[in-house]
Amino acid sequence: MIVSIANEYSVPVSEVRAIIDFYHFLSDKKNADYHFYFSNNIIDKMAHSDLLVLQLGERLNSIIQQDPSRVCLDETSCIGLADHAPAALVNGRPLPALNPQSIEEVAELVALGRPLDHWPAHLFQVRTRICRRSWLLNMSLPPGESLLSWQTKGSATILQELQASQLRGRGGAGFATALKWRSCEEQHSGEKYVICNADEGEPGTFKDRVMLSEHSDWLWEGMTLCAATVGASKGFLYLRAEYAYLLPQLETSLQVRRDTGWLGAALKERLGFEFDIQIVLGAGAYICGEESALLESLEGKRGIPRIRPPFPTISGYLRQPTVVNNVETFIHAAAIISKGSDSFLQLGTTQSKGTQLLSISGDCQRPGVYEYAFGETVEQILSDCGADEVQAVQIGGPSGQLLGPQSFHLTLGYEALGGSGSLMIFNHRRSLIEVVNNFTNFFAFESCGFCTPCRVGTALNQRMLTRLHLKQLRQHEIQLLEESVRLMQNSSHCGLGQSAGNSILNLLHDFPETVEQLLNTIGDDNEARLVQALQPAVQLRKS
Amino acid sequence: MNKQIIIDGEVVTYRPGQTLIQAARESGIYIPHLCYQPGYHAIGSCRVCMVKVNGRWASACTTLAAEGQVIDNRTLEVDAHRKQIVQMLFVEGNHYCPYCEKSGECDLQATAYELNMQEDHFQHLYPHRSLDTSHAEVWLDRDRCILCGLCVQASAEQDNKHLFTLGGRGTATQLLVNSSSGQLGETNISAADEAVAVCPVGALMKKQSIYSRRSGERTYDKTPISKLEFKA
Repeated sequence: MIVSIANEYSVPVSEVRAIIDFYHFLSDKKNADYHFYFSNNIIDKMAHSDLLVLQLGERLNSIIQQDPSRVCLDETSCIGLADHAPAALVNGRPLPALNPQSIEEVAELVALGRPLDHWPAHLFQVRTRICRRSWLLNMSLPPGESLLSWQTKGSATILQELQASQLRGRGGAGFATALKWRSCEEQHSGEKYVICNADEGEPGTFKDRVMLSEHSDWLWEGMTLCAATVGASKGFLYLRAEYAYLLPQLETSLQVRRDTGWLGAALKERLGFEFDIQIVLGAGAYICGEESALLESLEGKRGIPRIRPPFPTISGYLRQPTVVNNVETFIHAAAIISKGSDSFLQLGTTQSKGTQLLSISGDCQRPGVYEYAFGETVEQILSDCGADEVQAVQIGGPSGQLLGPQSFHLTLGYEALGGSGSLMIFNHRRSLIEVVNNFTNFFAFESCGFCTPCRVGTALNQRMLTRLHLKQLRQHEIQLLEESVRLMQNSSHCGLGQSAGNSILNLLHDFPETVEQLLNTIGDDNEARLVQALQPAVQLRKS
Repeated sequence: MNKQIIIDGEVVTYRPGQTLIQAARESGIYIPHLCYQPGYHAIGSCRVCMVKVNGRWASACTTLAAEGQVIDNRTLEVDAHRKQIVQMLFVEGNHYCPYCEKSGECDLQATAYELNMQEDHFQHLYPHRSLDTSHAEVWLDRDRCILCGLCVQASAEQDNKHLFTLGGRGTATQLLVNSSSGQLGETNISAADEAVAVCPVGALMKKQSIYSRRSGERTYDKTPISKLEFKA
């Protein structure tokens, strides 16, 4: 198969093999009739996903033994359903909020060989839970409103308004949106591109999934506004493969835009420029959420982050000027231009204006999407979502920070707690080493393998954390662990490696009692015992 | 007009467009490096050439020289940092210097000596990697491959053969051979290829030419790597 693909696209065989080996969802073998991917994020594990996998495995064991091409049970990194944990994908469709009963049902359907189209709909039902609305989610944004504003005011004014709003990227890095758009607008050669990063891979996040399900029109509006402003005619939505089930409804909502004259050739008549959006699916690689790795992936290569500079606004997709923004960022931009930035600027803090969408999951009564103005305390958020006896929260996803109660007075914002808006909650019954070990496994699995410190460091950390979990790690090895993390922070090629050890350092420094209880101290008193044993000899020599 | 940067207190002139490692090299200053070689595009993957530029870490092979840069290169801190990166490369693969055919001619080993590396420091990963001896003239031992990608570039751009690709991800990243079986024997590689010559370690080796120099007479026995690249 690999050879025929290589021939068809006239590329070396090794290139095809390289790409298949890179992306988790690609394989050189035919997929099983029912291919399950259980989400292995800590939130799913806490909801007993391991037991459910075992249950399904036991039920289907005889089928798998008979014919392995019928069923495959596999796992994958967080699939963006932490508000419906434990969750899995079967042939790309979501199986949210699994429990022993639904697993029985699934096993039965597989045993019967029932096609997925004939499975009961409730098995796939993902319910949107928007638990708190503020500036953005209370808004009504009619199609074209920001585009008409652009038509009246022109690109220069739009850029000024965006700059005045101080909007910063909501994907994690927090770069000023107006600067990005302006830099691309100022390029005078080449075809320009507008790309939406919907590779929402940070474990624990799902707010982009909710926005894509509920407000995709707002996203198309934001991307089209960007295209109008910078002068681009082609746009892409890079959608993570885990969200492939959203594809039909997204295609429909794009077609509605075209039919109503807000996208495609009809725009030319209406506003004097052409712009259309194409949806491209990822294939299972967290690193492709890094914008330059995303561009490589979009070009059909392995998702290895590029050397920067040059930045994408100068040399992006196909080395052309390109704006890459997160889903929420484009939507915020459209909202700001539609409604003006005054009300937006009234919310937030000095360096973080407006609101942010949080994806809240874990030990709380009401997991879901919450919109907060920057500046809100962790404490207040925990109280709002019904979280009691909280031992720790992981904010910003595994690449963010693990906070204990002593830090719950900290506030949302780029100044202190920025990032992707993932908030995972762990109560007192949870084991923090299990949490951090899970994150460490995640990074070892998702490191692209390009640079030495991240490729080797994530593997070393994984081994050391596993040994700490098993109470095998000794005190002097903690120093090795810290050295490995520092090396990754200082010398990794991209943000993945630089931030992969954050939660390890948090665990070591902010939860010393937890770590102390895990250390292997067997034999630590040997030296003292040796001195004691030699005492008679010492006495003898003295006398 | 030549412009200037400062490396370890020494004034170094550069031409616009030069990277730190290029500028340093022209002034006879050695910045340790493995995946970068003169004449090749810098990809910045091994991270051995990390330096501190005005207090911030940066890879010297991908950072352009610019006015006002004050660079720490061979300081205790920077070399200690580099040594650990080299140690990571050692524990990641299976490197057996005492009986490796490349010993004394190996850039990884020579760089380790240059940085005074005396132990592996980190836990060995002991990976299972494959050995390809299917070709008559050249063998590929992935145990010793450090994934620098130099052979990929050399084969594509100098030999015009496109025989190699880096594939996979994470610690499963490996050098792939462009043939339907994935074996070297099916390719038209030759012992005279630049892809073989450029390999800094003992991963791609010419057959029948091993152990040709005695210990004590090998390249790096006589000249440390920091001096070798400046020998006429």
